[in-house]
Amino acid sequence: MTYRNDPYDPKQVALLDPEALAGAVADAERAFAAAADPDALAALRPAHLGDRSPVSLARREIGALPPAAKADAGKRVNESRRAIEAAYAARAEVVEREQAERVLVEERVDVTLPYDRRPRGARHPLSTLMEQISDLFVGMGYEVAEGPEVELEWTNFDALNIPADHPARGLMDTFHIAPPPGADSSGLVLRTHTSPVQARTMLTRRPPIYVVVPGRVYRTDELDATHAPVFHQVEGLVVDKGITMAHLRGTLDHFARAMFGEGAKTRWRPHYFPFTEPSAEFDVWFPEHRDGPRWVEWGGCGMVNPRVLRACGIDPEVYSGFAFGMGIDRTVMFRHGVSDMRDMAEGDVRFTRAFGV
Amino acid sequence: MRVSVSWLREYVDLPVDLPADDLEQALVDLGIEVESVADLRASVTGALVVGEVLEIEELTGFKKPIRFCRVDVGAANGTGEPQEIVCGARNFAPGDRVVVILPGGVLPGGFAIGARKTYGRNSAGMICSAKELGLGDDHSGIIVLPEDAKAAPGDDARGVVGLDDVVVELEITPDRGYALSVRGIARELAHALGVPFRDPGLTPAPGGTAEPAYPVEVRDTVGCDRFAARMVRGIDPTAPTPGWMQRRLTVAGVRSISLAVDVTNYVMLELGQPMHAFDADRLSGPLVVRRAEAGEKLTTLDGVTRTLAVEDMVIADAGLPNALAGDDAGVPISLAAVMGGETSEVVASTTNVLFEAAHWDPVMVGRTARRHKLFSEAAKRWERGVDPALPLVAIERAVRLLTEHAGGTPGAEILDLDHVAPRTPVTLPADLPSRRVGVAYSPERVVSLLEQVGCHVTRGVDRLGEDAGSAAVPAAGGADALTVVPPSWRPDLTDPADLVEEVVRLDGYDRVPSVLPTAPPGRGLTWQQRRRRAVARSLAERGYVEVLAHPFVAGELADQLGLPADDPRRAAVRVANPLSEEEPLLRTTLLGPLLGILRRNLGRGHRDVALYEIGTVFHPRPGVGAPPAMGVDRRPTDAEFAAADAVVPDQPRHVAVVLTGDADPAGWWGAGRPAGWADAIEAGRAVLAAADIPAGRVEVRAAEHAPWHPGRCAELLVDGAVVGHAGELHPAVLAALELPRRTSAMELDLDALPPAPVAPAPTISGFPPALIDVALVVDERVPAAEVQRALVEGAGELLEAVRLFDVYASEQLGAGRKSLAYKLTFRAPDRTLTVEEAVAARDAAVARAADRVNATLRGA
Repeated sequence: MTYRNDPYDPKQVALLDPEALAGAVADAERAFAAAADPDALAALRPAHLGDRSPVSLARREIGALPPAAKADAGKRVNESRRAIEAAYAARAEVVEREQAERVLVEERVDVTLPYDRRPRGARHPLSTLMEQISDLFVGMGYEVAEGPEVELEWTNFDALNIPADHPARGLMDTFHIAPPPGADSSGLVLRTHTSPVQARTMLTRRPPIYVVVPGRVYRTDELDATHAPVFHQVEGLVVDKGITMAHLRGTLDHFARAMFGEGAKTRWRPHYFPFTEPSAEFDVWFPEHRDGPRWVEWGGCGMVNPRVLRACGIDPEVYSGFAFGMGIDRTVMFRHGVSDMRDMAEGDVRFTRAFGV
Repeated sequence: MRVSVSWLREYVDLPVDLPADDLEQALVDLGIEVESVADLRASVTGALVVGEVLEIEELTGFKKPIRFCRVDVGAANGTGEPQEIVCGARNFAPGDRVVVILPGGVLPGGFAIGARKTYGRNSAGMICSAKELGLGDDHSGIIVLPEDAKAAPGDDARGVVGLDDVVVELEITPDRGYALSVRGIARELAHALGVPFRDPGLTPAPGGTAEPAYPVEVRDTVGCDRFAARMVRGIDPTAPTPGWMQRRLTVAGVRSISLAVDVTNYVMLELGQPMHAFDADRLSGPLVVRRAEAGEKLTTLDGVTRTLAVEDMVIADAGLPNALAGDDAGVPISLAAVMGGETSEVVASTTNVLFEAAHWDPVMVGRTARRHKLFSEAAKRWERGVDPALPLVAIERAVRLLTEHAGGTPGAEILDLDHVAPRTPVTLPADLPSRRVGVAYSPERVVSLLEQVGCHVTRGVDRLGEDAGSAAVPAAGGADALTVVPPSWRPDLTDPADLVEEVVRLDGYDRVPSVLPTAPPGRGLTWQQRRRRAVARSLAERGYVEVLAHPFVAGELADQLGLPADDPRRAAVRVANPLSEEEPLLRTTLLGPLLGILRRNLGRGHRDVALYEIGTVFHPRPGVGAPPAMGVDRRPTDAEFAAADAVVPDQPRHVAVVLTGDADPAGWWGAGRPAGWADAIEAGRAVLAAADIPAGRVEVRAAEHAPWHPGRCAELLVDGAVVGHAGELHPAVLAALELPRRTSAMELDLDALPPAPVAPAPTISGFPPALIDVALVVDERVPAAEVQRALVEGAGELLEAVRLFDVYASEQLGAGRKSLAYKLTFRAPDRTLTVEEAVAARDAAVARAADRVNATLRGA
């Protein structure tokens, strides 16, 4: 504010008086500060910056001044106007920010309201487990093989070294398909295991064979807490040169660790299956069992019986193989703590929903 | 098989203090599944002592006679005074020694014994029957100890009555018939524990004599390749079965009948040789062992009269005339190997016993047992293989047991008609076990293990003898050959692989190392497998819950679903032995079982339910017979297998959904939306989209197809072929199945879908679109799909998208008319469209619709 000391001011105009201009600036600053929101602020603009505002009126008076005074007066008016504009802008920023903040508060909602407008469905845990196991073996280079559920007796039994009069066939509790008119036998059964797919695979592919076979199987057991006439298995078959039981153990160990964590391990018990020789049942160490860590019976395995290889056209002198299989329903039961097999068959949506998509 | 360890100890030197867990582990490691190990010592707690009955006072005036007894229990009761006990049994007298449980003891089943007042007297303890001690079913009276029993009043009674034993229950796999005997299990335990074994099967027995014990003619040596018999005359018919024998039979689950019969059962359990005892005086002529004649009848010991089949083997009494089978064929008196007959069985008056021990064809026995549904203990053993070397040993054992306890004189003559073929040796390359197992077994180890199981092994005789000079050059195959003759009790050892198993089993499965094999590169999932997963996930994401329904359905289902008489879904595969006679068929549509599960969910209180299933349906092949017989000695030819496979029913994989209640639930946002036909059709479109079938190749059109509502059913087509149906179910079907109105469903044949094409990328234009709405009025019966198709065709290449956004009918439009409002999006790939261009395209579209479906612009 150096103009106060200016030596020259020959003609005084009230509106151009430095005091008056300073007053206008101060009035504006005071008024703006009192404006509570952008609308109130905007309403003040005409009074302080509009055509009839003190600074605008003062500008009009400049023309009447002598030329020597014009520049000085103009400079004063402009400075005052800039000061008011700056005050307006500063205040605008404040009230706009305050308003934005107020809006955010006012627009608050209850985000805990439930919004289940499209309830999710669910996949059956048996399906997802079969896919998980398939994926594991596909990752190891296996392929997923499948076969029919109504199956030839030949592929379900004969080709697997279970001759018609062998007691093992009697133990299978088989659903037979009714014969066509005039025939004694249909030669068909509901497959009692996924193993007929082994025979079909060996009949249609040449070694090396690395397949995993998930599927539904049937036995004449009434549905109760621990039995079902329809259940699910996954089995693996490898036929290659130089395959040994050590390869079988390596595969099962890897499988167990992938399924149940690095702490998992398997143990074998000698057993009898017509289609493998030597044969074993295997248990898996399951640390997360709901009744505490323990060995759980998991499945059967063994070296493919050379008789099976021969019946399927594979030379047992050149190739050997292993096979293993386990019940998927059983696996779901101990892994997830399902205590009643009926829960998996009855289709109650509460059961399946628990397992998600 | 249940067996007591004390019996096993007679033949194998088990460690005296062998813990039950170790015993179990040893058996498991041999491949014998242990169902249970019961330590009888722990089954009765408290003081179980020998008592001597001093006085009996008969109490009268009660419903049954009651005795008040004073029993000397020595110092066991702490006082030395006689114990006062009330007892309801009557089979004892003063001076008898009995088994007493004192107050504080607990019997099997948690039955606690105390002192209490009963029948007006104070009774302190109980005199026990065998049943009460868990020793059997005999509850006819209390246990009276035999006179020669070494037991004094106050002694612990457990050892006296056999409660100091351990009983194991074993599950024997069907290949190991020999393990269904004390002999076989003892041998296995000897292997596992490395302890001495005394083979009762090798007990010396006198051989057959020139004179037969009884005239017998075996007419079929295939069915019966050995038949031995010996007579014991003049036994005391009243001689009881000794208590120890009864107890062992009871533990094994065999009922005690009479001494002679019990002896045969005891020998069967001990040696594994099923036997039969005839009353020699009830035989009238020579015995004939032959196949039955069709229609012959025999009443077996269980009282059932059976009609025999020509494959059954019988023992016939040639002294009886048989009009059917010929004069000398005799009348069947025993269904060989399975069950004896009533007319010749040992009875209470029998004094002359003819023991028979034979060897029968396992396949014949299995068939006979199944044919007559007679799964006797004997049949079970025959089917699994019985040692043909046993008959004379078994007869000797039986004769000794019988004469020891019932007196009598064994006949000097022993019959032995032996046609058993010698075992075929198995040639085993000595390195085969190593090559198959992955453990380096030396030839010496292989030989030693095979000899342990009883094989006779000759090491590379021929080749080593001839090629001794060129030993540096490996023989063909690179290894010695072993010539192995398996023991007579192991009919299951026929192949080299069987011997490999014996080697690894005895050496220990736990020694097999863990080596991961390397598979060749795979091709991943097939497109069908990937597609099934995509479909499943898509439906689950849309709110459908997967179920895995059982495929068994009732014959009435086809009627309930309203299937027309000629509907192919009426032809179903039938199960010969269904679990439920009411559901003998396999599903031809997923909807039957799926709707059943829907109903179950509704019954459990769920209201809004949407389910899906991916599974097979079963369609029989019309006119096919049974598949041709195929052997297993070689691969069937492709033609042979194809002929067999042609009989297998067609089993396409379907996907289906059912839904009822609200599709979108009501909530704080507003009302819900009921599920209906449109949701079902949308599910079908979703399946096709998940299967990557381009929308342009999919068509939906009205259809009439059971079980759907004829006015609310769509057929889904891909490339013009019907692949499935969707819509609301027929009200009559819903009524028959007791399901809510408007329940809707979709079913589609996944196997009928073509593979997905490789999708070409669209050209994306950066120029702005021109949006124009049109409302067309058409006859209400014109399908919207046809209107839209006309618009698309007429609009030409500039049309980017078309969307129906409103359908309505009103009086203003007139009856039988409807208005369809579409939003058309036009866009050019290379320029901004002018209004004139867009309008021209719109006009062309409308003109085509007018031409094709007689549409008029609304308000025009």
